[in-house]
Amino acid sequence: MKNTHVSTTVNGDAVEFVCPAEETLLDALRNRVGLSGAKEGCGTGDCGACSVTMNGRLVCSCLVLGVEAEGAEITTIEGMADGEALHPLQQSFIDHAALQCGVCTPGILVAAKNLLERNPDPTDTEIRYWLAGNLCRCTGYDKIIKAVQIAAAEMRGA
Amino acid sequence: MQYMKPQTANEAAVLLAENAGVARVLAGGTDLLVQMKAGMIEPEMVIDIKQLAGMNDITPEDGGFRIGAAVSGQQLGEHAGVVAMWPGVVEAFELIGSTQVQGRCTMAGNLCNGGPAADSVPAMIAAGAVARIEGPDGTRDCPVEDIPVGPGKISLTKGEFITSIMLPARPARASDAYLRFIPRTEMDIAVASAGVNLELAEDGSVSSARVALGAVGPKIILVPDAAAAIVGTKLDDGALDAMAVACSAACSPIDDKRGTVEFRIQVAGVLAKRAARIAATRAGEKS
Repeated sequence: MKNTHVSTTVNGDAVEFVCPAEETLLDALRNRVGLSGAKEGCGTGDCGACSVTMNGRLVCSCLVLGVEAEGAEITTIEGMADGEALHPLQQSFIDHAALQCGVCTPGILVAAKNLLERNPDPTDTEIRYWLAGNLCRCTGYDKIIKAVQIAAAEMRGA
Repeated sequence: MQYMKPQTANEAAVLLAENAGVARVLAGGTDLLVQMKAGMIEPEMVIDIKQLAGMNDITPEDGGFRIGAAVSGQQLGEHAGVVAMWPGVVEAFELIGSTQVQGRCTMAGNLCNGGPAADSVPAMIAAGAVARIEGPDGTRDCPVEDIPVGPGKISLTKGEFITSIMLPARPARASDAYLRFIPRTEMDIAVASAGVNLELAEDGSVSSARVALGAVGPKIILVPDAAAAIVGTKLDDGALDAMAVACSAACSPIDDKRGTVEFRIQVAGVLAKRAARIAATRAGEKS
């Protein structure tokens, strides 16, 4: 089993790790980089709990090899807050009870942030389609959609 | 497992040929990594093609567009020129998976996975798209409809892989559309699907057409009889009904948990009728 050295950027910081070729980016982030915010739900790209961005595009990190991160720009949930100051989406999710168990939450926040960067004023339908690949078995989604809308309004006003 | 990043297409083809049977091509990975996770395959080598020249590019060529084999669904949907010229291909490609999958999935991968229900493939076949294939002995072009052979089977030979998909030029008053039936609204696989590409004459009648069906047989098929039923017509009810009959006659589906044989045969025709109407409306709006 041949290990590969990977130089990448995670949340703006230069990061290096060594991993076997078949290891997913999700496992590399969690077990080698020490960023356990991205979760493994299904491991097959259906649930979105492992969502991160790679070169600006939202991806399931379980469907990316760690070695593919070479030279890439990765962002994860750990890069979302500014120090102790939560991102408006994070604060909105807390304020409006948009989570229960929380396993899906990092992925949903990363996905929602990526949406609002492209479309600062989405409709409910646009949010629902954008987040269709982020499964939540607790909330029933309504509070998630509402929390994203409230954060989006706040960010537009900011 | 070894991870290889060849620097030229020929180098990739030679590696693939030398390791035939144990090597897999990696572009978006949205099928490959799922198959590895499920234990369906255990490749000894993965050959990443994303860094090869042109793989991530959408390039105007001869009035159409050449789509690199690593261009994602999201990237194609962001390209105003392709969206305007081939809206049916774009809408089909964008139906694959979630936003996360759209950030990585590729049309060439969707084609080479060989799935009878692959969403982008009927639209590409209807469009007359041509795949450019690199192999150990050089480059060849192949119409997309000649690539699927059966479930999970394609006509590429040892060492070959697709480097780009060419969406050809088209005249004014021409457009396309793709529709699929799924029992929910997102994140699902087609139970039946239809892609229709047509051109209108100056009087508004259909001057040429291509109709392709997905998920109604062991492979995605072009249905010339369905196209013939609408050429020369203005898509009156009789012509559309005749097209639907031709579509249904071309179906050889299976019964499974997703749909019955009878359902698929009927719905394929209905979808083709609706897609033809959408394509004609789009073509009319462009003239």
